[in-house]
Amino acid sequence: MVQLLTPDGEYGVAKQWGEYAKYIDKLTEADFLKFYRDMARMRRFDKEAEALQRQGQLGLWIPAIGQEAAQIGSGYGVGHNDHIFPSYREHGVAITHGIDLMSILKMLRGVNHGGWNPEETRFHLYAIVLGSQVLHATGYAMGVKMDGKVGNGNLEDDLAVISYFGDGATAEGDVSESFLFAAINDSPIVFFCQNNQWAISSSVASQTKVPLYQRGAGFGVPGIRIDGNDILASYAVTAKHMDEAREGAGPFLIEALTYRIGAHTTSDDPTKYRDSAEVEYWKARDPLARFETFLRRQGIKQDFFDEVAEAGEKLSTEIREATFALPAPPVEHMFKYVYSEPHPLIEEQLEWLHKYEAGFGEAAHE
Amino acid sequence: MTKLAFFNLPDVGEGLTEAEIVSWKVKAGDTVSVNQIIVEIETAKSLVELPCPFAGVVSELMAKEGDTVEVGNPIISVTVPDTANNSAVTTSIPVIAENAASAHQAVADAAASVSVEAKNPTLVGYGVSNSVANSRRRRPGAVNPPVAPGASPGFTNPSAPATTAIPVIAEAAAQGALNLPATPDGVIAKPPVRKLAKDLNVDLAKISGTGLGGEITREDVMGGAQQASVFRNLSTPAPKSEREERIPVKGVRKAIANAMVSSAFTAPHVSIFVDVDATRTMEYVKRLKVSTDFAGVKVTPLLIMAKAMIWAIRRNPMVNSTFTDEEIIVHNFVNFGIAAATPRGLIVPNIKDADKMSMLELAEAIGQLAATARDGKTTPADMKDGTITITNIGVFGVDTGTPILNPGEVAIVALGSIRPKPWVVNNEIQVRQVTTIGATFDHRVVDGDVASRFVQDVASVIEEPALLLD
Repeated sequence: MVQLLTPDGEYGVAKQWGEYAKYIDKLTEADFLKFYRDMARMRRFDKEAEALQRQGQLGLWIPAIGQEAAQIGSGYGVGHNDHIFPSYREHGVAITHGIDLMSILKMLRGVNHGGWNPEETRFHLYAIVLGSQVLHATGYAMGVKMDGKVGNGNLEDDLAVISYFGDGATAEGDVSESFLFAAINDSPIVFFCQNNQWAISSSVASQTKVPLYQRGAGFGVPGIRIDGNDILASYAVTAKHMDEAREGAGPFLIEALTYRIGAHTTSDDPTKYRDSAEVEYWKARDPLARFETFLRRQGIKQDFFDEVAEAGEKLSTEIREATFALPAPPVEHMFKYVYSEPHPLIEEQLEWLHKYEAGFGEAAHE
Repeated sequence: MTKLAFFNLPDVGEGLTEAEIVSWKVKAGDTVSVNQIIVEIETAKSLVELPCPFAGVVSELMAKEGDTVEVGNPIISVTVPDTANNSAVTTSIPVIAENAASAHQAVADAAASVSVEAKNPTLVGYGVSNSVANSRRRRPGAVNPPVAPGASPGFTNPSAPATTAIPVIAEAAAQGALNLPATPDGVIAKPPVRKLAKDLNVDLAKISGTGLGGEITREDVMGGAQQASVFRNLSTPAPKSEREERIPVKGVRKAIANAMVSSAFTAPHVSIFVDVDATRTMEYVKRLKVSTDFAGVKVTPLLIMAKAMIWAIRRNPMVNSTFTDEEIIVHNFVNFGIAAATPRGLIVPNIKDADKMSMLELAEAIGQLAATARDGKTTPADMKDGTITITNIGVFGVDTGTPILNPGEVAIVALGSIRPKPWVVNNEIQVRQVTTIGATFDHRVVDGDVASRFVQDVASVIEEPALLLD
């Protein structure tokens, strides 16, 4: 398992991981501070969103607490040309690629069906049907290669694809199919599996006999396991394999071993399927605390952490106010994006709805 | 300037329509901050803590612990500063100053007068507000006062057309007459009521009084005696006018039903009974009670019974096993389940590795398990991985029963009431403390011989607890 930062926040590179450490050597203090700021931002955002859901302001929330290092680290390891296919828990990766956090909340409040344009952001829409995004990513990567945008040594134009998924998705056919297609086609793709150890209530032990990073081997996709709570390992390993994919090395699988501290979503109760002792064990391996210890050893002063905490409070207030201020979408939107062109059946349904609404008298319409 | 903000019960799952208030973490008069946990609720899916959406002073808790509340109905009102800052997040319920006591009524009346086409709460709890969320047609019989019309389950958007007509409670109403002044530290209750509470094992500190000045009345105690009422009827209710009553099968009841059906239809049950002279056990219990080692620990016949079963399991390990279609897993440890009737229904928490415990440790564990169950704090982990169960139906005053297996286990023992009965000793009839031990087994695993030996072993310890020294 690649680990560059021990759980005690000590930086150290085992001999065989020297190639990865080169990526860390290139980082500056400003990069480190950015990493920490974004991890803290991700966590604060997560907490506020969960509270908003509990207050009836979001239909659902998908917590990612505990996975900050895996997401922020790997997110920054993805290049500015690359395309990202997330599941629906990748709030941290979204942060690293400039997604407006409110657009995530808009979707979970139900005011739109996904609030960003993947053509602009290169961060594709959240996949609700887990596993499907891995196929989409694989197809996109095949296309990238067909377009000849791989292995030209032109970093401004070459690109690779990364797909995020969890341990649960690996048990779906989609992921195995993706491995096979990507391997056969030598596609420029990195499969990034965040093994947070629970697929809703199914433990990872009930999903696989061999470690997940070995899952791709039989298909021809080599893999490696990293400490998913170590942001430096997450960054370096992602960056290196994205570089290689871009250069034409074909697909690669990264398994980031981490832990989902919260529920699968706000609709389930994790105390029903796992021991609190296990959760406590992982809480003690908090990725944020680990990186904070490292930064303090680097001589980062309290001022910085105070500033981050303050920014967190400001963020939560902003998120809260912005959520309340979100306007409800007009009902026509339900019909507007079903087909790209007018469709008689859809028009009929819209007309029916208008009549139905009119049945309530004026109170029903703004 | 302040105003009253209401927090309507949200849908915390996906498409839930109601939830039960489990426990309040705040009371009227408390200062609360945004996202402070104020209440724990139980939905069909889980126990959930709700954070407060407002900062202010709690005006009123609008639902009691144990109440089932429909999504969209208000559960708490908070007096908040009337600033532009929070106007977006609060429902302002404006002003009928003179008669604060009837404020609720006024809201309800006004609600009725605003629109005949009253709106139902949506199934989803987020505030898509206005036209979309609230334009469900009225379902017959849907009543949910005092929620304001147009109030979406989350919060009402003050700009929504429907809310403009909502009448308004003044600050005085908000803080004053809507709730009684807080009672002083000590409980107010008359001595006979205190006696009743003591008899019924009701903690007066946990009862909120409905009498003058917060005095706890006889009815309050009776109402609070949920635990006691589990064991016996406290009163005979007047005959009801309806010919039948329909009780929705949900929550714990539904879970019990499913578990029982699955157990009864998966495992072929066989039950056997034996009468036993428990006089020596009763004497043993009496001696333990006064021994200094057991000071402060509850000693009951159940304790001896538990010890007896653990001893008998060692002699008949098959009764402490699990049947899967491929194999029988014999457990070499005992996670000792005790069926507990609680105000929230029947649950079977178990004591992990009970076989490794001394008599004293076991007594403490049983006491702890009972206290946890009584407080409704039993966690799913407490109920998981049991290997055998006892159900103490004797506390209900009945002699025996044919218990149904706790799913996953192959034996359950019922301890009946222990009472003086005629018993033949040396060809003479004597009055002895007699009980009946009933036990049910999964016949796929346990045959008649093993079942009989196990029950006989248990019975022999009850007859002669000294065998435990074996």
